[in-house]
Amino acid sequence: MSSAASAALPRARVDMPIDGTRSAAIAPPVGASAESARRRAGAPILVVENVSLRFGGVQALQDISFEVREHEILSIIGPNGAGKSSMLNCINGVYAPQQGSITLCGEALRRPNPHKVARMGVGRTFQNLALFGGMTVLQNIMAGRNFRMKCGIALQALRLGPANREEVAHREIVERIIDFLEIQPWRHTAVDRLPYGLQKRVDLGRALAMEPRLLLLDEPMAGMNVEEKQDMCRFVLDVNDEFGTTVVLIEHDMSVVMDISDRVVVLDYGRKIADGPPQEVRGNEDVLRAYLGGAAARGD
Amino acid sequence: MGFFLETLIGGLMAGVLYSLVALGFVLIFKASGVFNFAQGAMVLFAALAMARFAEWLPQWFDFESALLANVGGFLVALALMIVVAWSVERFVLSGLVNQSSVALLMATLGVAYFLDGFGQTLFGSEIYRLDIGIPKDPLILAERWFEGGLLVSREDVFAASMAGALVVALTVFFHSTAVGRALRGVADDHQAAQSIGIPLGRIWVIVWSIAGFVALVAGMIWGSKLGVQFSLSLVALKAFPVVILGGLTSIPGAIVGGLIIGMGEKLSEVYLGPLLGGGIEIWFAYVLALLFLLVRPQGLFGEKIIDRV
Repeated sequence: MSSAASAALPRARVDMPIDGTRSAAIAPPVGASAESARRRAGAPILVVENVSLRFGGVQALQDISFEVREHEILSIIGPNGAGKSSMLNCINGVYAPQQGSITLCGEALRRPNPHKVARMGVGRTFQNLALFGGMTVLQNIMAGRNFRMKCGIALQALRLGPANREEVAHREIVERIIDFLEIQPWRHTAVDRLPYGLQKRVDLGRALAMEPRLLLLDEPMAGMNVEEKQDMCRFVLDVNDEFGTTVVLIEHDMSVVMDISDRVVVLDYGRKIADGPPQEVRGNEDVLRAYLGGAAARGD
Repeated sequence: MGFFLETLIGGLMAGVLYSLVALGFVLIFKASGVFNFAQGAMVLFAALAMARFAEWLPQWFDFESALLANVGGFLVALALMIVVAWSVERFVLSGLVNQSSVALLMATLGVAYFLDGFGQTLFGSEIYRLDIGIPKDPLILAERWFEGGLLVSREDVFAASMAGALVVALTVFFHSTAVGRALRGVADDHQAAQSIGIPLGRIWVIVWSIAGFVALVAGMIWGSKLGVQFSLSLVALKAFPVVILGGLTSIPGAIVGGLIIGMGEKLSEVYLGPLLGGGIEIWFAYVLALLFLLVRPQGLFGEKIIDRV
């Protein structure tokens, strides 16, 4: 982990100048390290209970239950079509499961409503990039702070004092995120001109700008080369360490998953087949069967 | 010289009216990335509502004042346009979140036909008079420099100042950086916009309401000139070339585009008409738009379109 990057963020949090825009819950304890973050893993921040989701005749998720504890990194893995993205979309409020309940920070989600979930402190990135194409890196990340801006349209439009100060203050936070993700040189580049790996970082930056309590990452390392994957791993771990942000991620690269996760949930054909620490899941027979077919499990 | 200026001014004023309709297109395009085919129908619907309520209100509440009737009619029509905006969001757009922009485009076509029909069912399909009290006699300017002076229609001057005021107000609104970002975000990617806490539905209602307001102002002015009738919804056709010229994403572009087309139409009709056999006014705007599409598809002020292949 680069010391410059990790040093930038704690400072960012200390002199963040806007009152009331961040909740006490996401302030990291002083001197938090990976170990202490994991030991702190405490109250469940997200509880998924008996969730079933159907699209017509397709059973995308069947009776799924799991918990995510605060400050944890949880990976959801499974073969293609296992229902991983559907699960994320349920948490995010894009889909409403037909059965079961999802409780976020003690509040049950009823009607699907992604922007409300976002305001409750859930940030997310997308499997297929969903950046605001024509806008610059800076504008994209600033957009992540939009809902935290308090000044009315009239003030903003006329660029009156308070609105200006607010914009500047938010800009400072965004600049720190840009430093943290090491994308300074592309600050004013339109995102659709950036290479894929950098676009993924901007996507993460936009989610980070919301100062989420829970970060949902949909295949953050898909399509990346080894070096880019390492960078992305480092960013995810840093965010988790420094802010104590809870992370739920979907990933296909097993070495990544085994390295960074505290816990792994395995889905197959919409059912949960395993849930536990990486070492345990790795040896689980059902998991081997799901990934390698019956042969491996029978030991042929 | 005096005749040239008169033609020029007449053209500019007509252009302002095109701009008014074009503004509505630009607003909705900026906020949803969709070309709103229903803008013309909204102009007709708003004008019908205002004309009929300005006629009905004095009968219902038994008063004489024409001003009061017009103001009342305007307010009721505005309220109706907000209801239309809300319904469009609730019953049409909300079901199309995350769909391709072609789906949204087709939906606006549906809205256009619905509004055309529904408006005429509610308010009748005859030609209604809408008298907003602008004197019809022309102003005569600059008599000192030109023999007989320059004739300028008062109606046109009124329309131009209304359009000017609208543009200033809208520019100020969109100048707000946070609102601008939210709108562009919604236009670019629904899912991503929602994921960072932008309330898609509310943004759409606001923008369609504003577009409804602009349609009402356009309908009021066109209606008082031509009478409120079905052909108002075809005025929108003239606004297509205006937005192509000015750029789909630019509010000033809608104004400048309107002015260029209004002016070009009138001047070419007067000066080239005799050579080409007249009727230039009818096709001039479209030919100009076609040329622009070939040379500068993003328009004069639009954002450059970058497509990666």
